[in-house]
Amino acid sequence: MDVGRGFGGKHLLGIEGLQPFEIAAVLDRADGFVDLNRRNDKKLSILKGLTHINLFFEASTRTQTSFELAGKRLGADVVNMSMANSSMKKGETLIDTAMTLNAMHPDVLVVRHQDSGAVALLARHVRCAVINAGDGTHEHPTQALLDALTIRRRKGRIEGLTVAICGDILHSRVARSNIHLLLAMGARVRIVAPPTLLAAGLEDFGVEVYTDMTRGLAGVDIVMMLRLQVERMQGSFVPSLAEYFHLFGLTYDKLRAARSDALIMHPGPMNRGVEIDGVVADDIDRSAILDQVEMGVAVRMACLDILTESLRGADA
Amino acid sequence: MSRPLLIINARLLDPATGLDVKGGLLAVGERIAELGPQVTAAMAPSGAEIIDAKGLCLAPGLVDMRVQLGEPGAEHKERIDSGAMAAAAGGVTSLALLPNTDPPIDNPAMLEFVARRARLVKLVKVYPYAALTKKLEGKELAELGLLKAAGAVAFTDADRTIANARLLRRALSYATLFDGLIVQHPEEPELARYGYVTEGALASKLGLSGIPAAAEIIMVERDLRILELTGGRLHIAHVSTAAAIEAIAAAKARGLRVTCDASPHHLALNELEIEGYRTFAKVRPPLRSEQDRRAVVAGLKDGTIDVIASDHCPQDQDSKRQTFAQAEPGVIGVQTMLPVAMRLHYEDGMPLLDLLRRMTSAPADLLGLDAGRLRKGSPADCVLFDPDAPWKITEQALFSLSKNSAFEGRLVQGKVHRTIVDGRTIYTAAEA
Repeated sequence: MDVGRGFGGKHLLGIEGLQPFEIAAVLDRADGFVDLNRRNDKKLSILKGLTHINLFFEASTRTQTSFELAGKRLGADVVNMSMANSSMKKGETLIDTAMTLNAMHPDVLVVRHQDSGAVALLARHVRCAVINAGDGTHEHPTQALLDALTIRRRKGRIEGLTVAICGDILHSRVARSNIHLLLAMGARVRIVAPPTLLAAGLEDFGVEVYTDMTRGLAGVDIVMMLRLQVERMQGSFVPSLAEYFHLFGLTYDKLRAARSDALIMHPGPMNRGVEIDGVVADDIDRSAILDQVEMGVAVRMACLDILTESLRGADA
Repeated sequence: MSRPLLIINARLLDPATGLDVKGGLLAVGERIAELGPQVTAAMAPSGAEIIDAKGLCLAPGLVDMRVQLGEPGAEHKERIDSGAMAAAAGGVTSLALLPNTDPPIDNPAMLEFVARRARLVKLVKVYPYAALTKKLEGKELAELGLLKAAGAVAFTDADRTIANARLLRRALSYATLFDGLIVQHPEEPELARYGYVTEGALASKLGLSGIPAAAEIIMVERDLRILELTGGRLHIAHVSTAAAIEAIAAAKARGLRVTCDASPHHLALNELEIEGYRTFAKVRPPLRSEQDRRAVVAGLKDGTIDVIASDHCPQDQDSKRQTFAQAEPGVIGVQTMLPVAMRLHYEDGMPLLDLLRRMTSAPADLLGLDAGRLRKGSPADCVLFDPDAPWKITEQALFSLSKNSAFEGRLVQGKVHRTIVDGRTIYTAAEA
């Protein structure tokens, strides 16, 4: 069975392995949905009759709502299964869950799970398209796609830009997906983090690693802040949140090193005063954080649209 | 008493003496009565079973010094009879059983119970280890002297590191009373906590929590310092890193009584096996870099690594059909140890006798077993195998109750035709 990556296969499990033209195709299609989403009548019927299930083993409001809106606006029947408090949570029965779902005949599954590789495991055992909405510390492909769309619309391009991804890289699936995507699209990627929150062997990915914010931000076009994943922390990665903010929190002072038109991004939800100063986050001239949320719905619509094309008998 | 057994036209291989000649072997009762070039069909006693080996290799039955069976406590994963049958099919005639059963083997009654269960199975010889500490908790020493008297071949907390330096010092020191061997799982527990693969770019890409190779090196170096302090005998289980092997080589050169083993999976596989989140490649210690794997091969060739041991760890489907983080670690291996190890001969140029020594007389000597030798008067424990025959490791071919082999689907070279324990054939290959 094909569990291949991206749109060559039937699932979207990660950015790794996607070709630049595949990424560009998603962004192009999402562009059209951005306009649709700004109209009063946002409803299409291209997914009419199809069943889209959101299967979230980890609690999420933003991502789940974004996918739900995307499915509904395309006309699918959307069902949310919150597994965070379910008996199936622990993964002992992940394959059983897949079997159960098969019997419900969904057409698209959107899955978030706390373990890396869990979504691919599920995808091997279900008969429908699967979108990874975040698996452990592995990938979160739609986040990287929506970030790319945000950048492309604000900067007109991705190629040639320098992007600094800052903060808790070690625990971040957003960082991994963004690294794969930005490098594939020809951007330069810098990683800025305390040594305890860097992942081993990062240089092998083709990124430049910094442990000093001011140096890491020097001359960059995009500052991508990451949420400090306090819930994933087992042991002392940083001595205190106050110290983290002092050294790695994004302030105007540190931002001065970046280009004067540098864009600030954050996947949300933000810890104000931990990784980002609230005033910087709210700066409507610099911050693209709300754009990201808007692009999220459009990108997810594009992914749903592309993955269900074969079901509708249309050409790819 | 079974019929006398006469094997003729064999290539006799005895690693302990370096014997490698064409000849035959006669077993009368449970022991080897005669062996050598002079043994021919003409010497058959009346009523003897005569086997024409047709040039196949006849070697001492293998001694696997690191095996877990699920009995008692996890009989759904493996029982002594299924594990012993897998061993027999792998040419193993003696195995040492780790004490991490449930309940653990930490008292003489438990040890005798397990030994008796194994005797009733009447296949391979099973020698239990005893726990080094009560309940394997790493806090208080088990009754080492009484356990030794009850037949414990060595002391270990199995897959748990003896982390407390003071306790290890006392254990090594106390065990000198009866020249006891202590076996350590070398992994610094705090560095290894939360991790399950080797730290590095691949683990980072997959988003799997890593353990630095240094976790092993640190523990080995610490233990060697303690051994220097106490004297005694220490065996490091399943070494997997170049630096740890180097440290052990240096300690041996200083005259310390330290030995070590390596597993078939660490000599044959590297960390790339975890691609695609293959839970059958989740083992402890984790599979390492290719550079470390090559160091294991080199260590086996130059003798720094004394023994090859399977580290057989049965896990049922429910334990492995999980996300990588939640899957249980471990692979089975007692049945496939010989053919997997044979790649050292074919690909790395290791002499066959050297290779067999690491699975016969070397572990037997470490554990003080009367095994691992083709010698007049020794127990007639032998394996008849074809070193060249290729075959594919398939689930159907595996006798273990659990099928978690890291080598499933692979082609290997070296096929066991017959396994003999105490002069009695306990396994014959189907087509042989």
